[in-house]
Amino acid sequence: MAPVQNVPFVSILLCMVCALLCAVLPGKAARFLARAVPGLICLGNLALTFAFRDLEPFHYPMGHFPAPWGNELRAGPLEAVCSAALALTAFLSLNAGMRKVRQQIPERKQNLFCVVTLMTLCAVCALLYTNDLFTGYVFIEISTLSAAALIFSRQDDRSLAASLRYLVMNLTGSGLCLMGISMLYGITGQLNMESIRQSLAAAEGPPSLPLRAVMVLLTVGLSIKCGLFPFHEWLPDAYAYSTPASSALLSSVVSKGYLFLLIKFYMRCVGLEAVRASGLATALSSLAGLGLLIGSLHAIRQWDLRRMISYSSVAQISFVFLAVGLCTPEAMTAAVFHMLVHAFGKSMLFLSASGLSDVSGGRFDADSLQGAGKRHFAAGAAFTLGAVSMTGVPLLGGFLSKIYLSQAAIATSGPLSAAVLLLLALSTFLNTLYFLHAVVGIYRPGPLETPPRRATGAGYLVSLCLMMAVNLYLGTASASLYSTLLRGISLFA
Amino acid sequence: MPKINDRYPASAHKRVSDWLTNGFTGLDREMTQAETPPAAPSAEAAGQAEDAFQEKARRDRERESDLYARLHHWSVTRGERQARLLYRFLAVIVCGGIVFFLLRTVSALPALGRVDAPVNNEVSYRYISRGPEETGAVNFVSGMILDYRAFDTLGESSVLFLASCAVMMLLRLDRDDAKGPVPSPLSLTGGDLHGDDILRASSLVLFPVIALFGAAVVLNGHSSPGGGFAGGAILGGALMLLSNAAGEERVSRLITERRASLAIFTALLFYAGAKSVVFYTGANGIPLDIPLGEPFSILSAGLILPLDMCVGLIVALTMYGFYRLFTKGGY
Amino acid sequence: MAALFSDHLYEAAAMLLFGVGFTTLLLNRNLLKKIIGLNVMDTAVYLFLASMGYIEGRFPPILREGVTDASAYVNPVPAGLVLTGIVVSVSVTALLLALTVRLYERFRTLNIDEIVLLARKGEK
Repeated sequence: MAPVQNVPFVSILLCMVCALLCAVLPGKAARFLARAVPGLICLGNLALTFAFRDLEPFHYPMGHFPAPWGNELRAGPLEAVCSAALALTAFLSLNAGMRKVRQQIPERKQNLFCVVTLMTLCAVCALLYTNDLFTGYVFIEISTLSAAALIFSRQDDRSLAASLRYLVMNLTGSGLCLMGISMLYGITGQLNMESIRQSLAAAEGPPSLPLRAVMVLLTVGLSIKCGLFPFHEWLPDAYAYSTPASSALLSSVVSKGYLFLLIKFYMRCVGLEAVRASGLATALSSLAGLGLLIGSLHAIRQWDLRRMISYSSVAQISFVFLAVGLCTPEAMTAAVFHMLVHAFGKSMLFLSASGLSDVSGGRFDADSLQGAGKRHFAAGAAFTLGAVSMTGVPLLGGFLSKIYLSQAAIATSGPLSAAVLLLLALSTFLNTLYFLHAVVGIYRPGPLETPPRRATGAGYLVSLCLMMAVNLYLGTASASLYSTLLRGISLFA
Repeated sequence: MPKINDRYPASAHKRVSDWLTNGFTGLDREMTQAETPPAAPSAEAAGQAEDAFQEKARRDRERESDLYARLHHWSVTRGERQARLLYRFLAVIVCGGIVFFLLRTVSALPALGRVDAPVNNEVSYRYISRGPEETGAVNFVSGMILDYRAFDTLGESSVLFLASCAVMMLLRLDRDDAKGPVPSPLSLTGGDLHGDDILRASSLVLFPVIALFGAAVVLNGHSSPGGGFAGGAILGGALMLLSNAAGEERVSRLITERRASLAIFTALLFYAGAKSVVFYTGANGIPLDIPLGEPFSILSAGLILPLDMCVGLIVALTMYGFYRLFTKGGY
Repeated sequence: MAALFSDHLYEAAAMLLFGVGFTTLLLNRNLLKKIIGLNVMDTAVYLFLASMGYIEGRFPPILREGVTDASAYVNPVPAGLVLTGIVVSVSVTALLLALTVRLYERFRTLNIDEIVLLARKGEK
């Protein structure tokens, strides 16, 4: 095995060990580790992505026993590029948000905050690389707990209440996932994804009732955790009231792990035809379509900028589910591409919102933020780019992901494709209403007396500029990324 | 073209034709007209119109606020009750539906307890038949979780570690907390049981027995029912009993925050490090020979015994830590 | 229906327990009762998983002196999985209770509706 092939294992274990270290180190060293380790993981996974130009997807046994008896990881170009992207998001978010962490989180608890962020990254890497469903469940729980800790890290009233709501709903989702995994084990006797596929392939005809039940349970469980339409109640409070680095991590990194596991389950365990045949795909697309509209409609009503961005997250996650519900390889590629676009765009939005409020007396309502874009040039530019990307204007990632989804929808040719195109158009219109309204608002003439200004720091500025660069890259020069994702999806099953 | 414009005195056409016919007198006329402004309505008439307008606006506002007040009152008294009733009704329907769906699914599953169930396949066969020789553990379940599927157990230990970090974030009272040492609600109700004679006397007998039993369960994890988790829970219970019986200050002098976190950290580091070596060597094809010892004896099963001890220590200190964090705000 | 309770007794019981736990979670406004409902739900799933390993008339999965035949023992896999699950459930319950303690300290109520209301009011 080539040295670079150890990257999946190293990513997971390095995060875990550094999280352990952060628990005993003092605050300053812990913060340094929390900022440096995601960068290392990103570099390692980038090296692996480049290696995959010559390499085939490989299995990485975790231990001395091969697949169905021991755990294993499976690495391919898709997993590598997604890990690199999500680690990069985490790296940039933590560097930009660390100053706010020092201001908003009690001093003696900052090293514990760093523990939690590193465990979040560990969980996401494990969910991306795992080839075993039960390992996936264990790391789903790690992700849930660390996300809850990220939400309440600020320890004020709203964060605690939001964290409780989050935990109760997400633990229900985890319970449903575990029930689905147990049932799947009951009908196949396997926990390794490829062995499950082999065992299910032996049975002919339409999916049996237990299999359909398993698919429904896992889908509902993971949808609750991602925030799909009827289960999105916990999302706005959880994302809006935590420290900006937490919001960025939660919206960009945590939900992507669950989505990826769902895509993996559909493609590797049961197969896309079974999902289509069981009617689950249509149900998923319908719920996603509703979520797209309702998320945007709620966002229009919000006066708090952070809540508006959170409701926009509901809409964007529904977009990804819409793509997943189409159940074709091109649609899955569009879904993964939008996951990456959303990761970079949403984290940039949350961080720039915090910068804008720093120059507006620490407030987030639309009145106080008038003219904030002129008071803090970088934050205003970043917010504009993020808003424009989410709306779907050319030159930024959102536009390309809408194009890819439309192409995938047209290729499916049926009533669903027309519905998807209509939904895309409607959602673009609704996004414009609130996002561009907010962008115009931050560039209006500000209040007569300049509000007190809080310094944002060099790390924040540099990270924000890098984020803007990545978002522009995604919108303009990402053809090679798309082709890597397409190839990765074709090698994924 | 009809001369519509002629009807409007201020229109451009009229003014131009006036100027043409009358010369500059049109301007004079305008200027004289401007000196005498049109008669303003009398103060009284203006006042009355204004009053009527204000009255109408006030009545409209009153009607609107009255409507809102009635709506609010309804929502607070009957509306809320109706919404709650509807929610409960729907919740019961939804739960009933889910249970019905699950029961239908369960009836389609393979029957319980039969030998030909799909779960009894080559995976479990190898764990049972070759487990003792490959892992050295006579307890097949221990061999499975600490050797075959060790990654899952590593994940599970980190769940425990993460939970203890999160609970510490919430409940640990630090010396420099601005609000000062606030007693948590749980300690308001009775607090230290230290002074209780019955508890102290009985724990003198019970604590050593429980601790010994816990240690035995941990050490025998691979050769009899037990393991790190079960034994750790027992040891944690013993520590809780000790804390209540011998007094919280004495035990906190023995198990300080520094020692406990260092112990947990070392144990987890050893666990992660040992397992990383195993995973790395396994994936890269490097053979690893750990002496497996005699089955059924304590010093056997390769890495499983040290890992069981680490896990036992972690679980015991974590359980005790939870107890102390909830009652005292720290170790 | 009879087949349900003769062939799938433990699994059916687990599903009923799951329903009980879920109903408790949804219907109660008291936080502690919600946490208990969540625990009952998790326990139901573990019962479901553990019951899959059972084979009639066989020994528990620990080697007995002299009985080396692999077909003399129950399936050990579900037991190991449930072990993991129980530890996860304990961790999660601890975190939920810690949150409850903090919320009670702050708001002096265990009713989730009131807590959400008070938290929202605090922001204005």
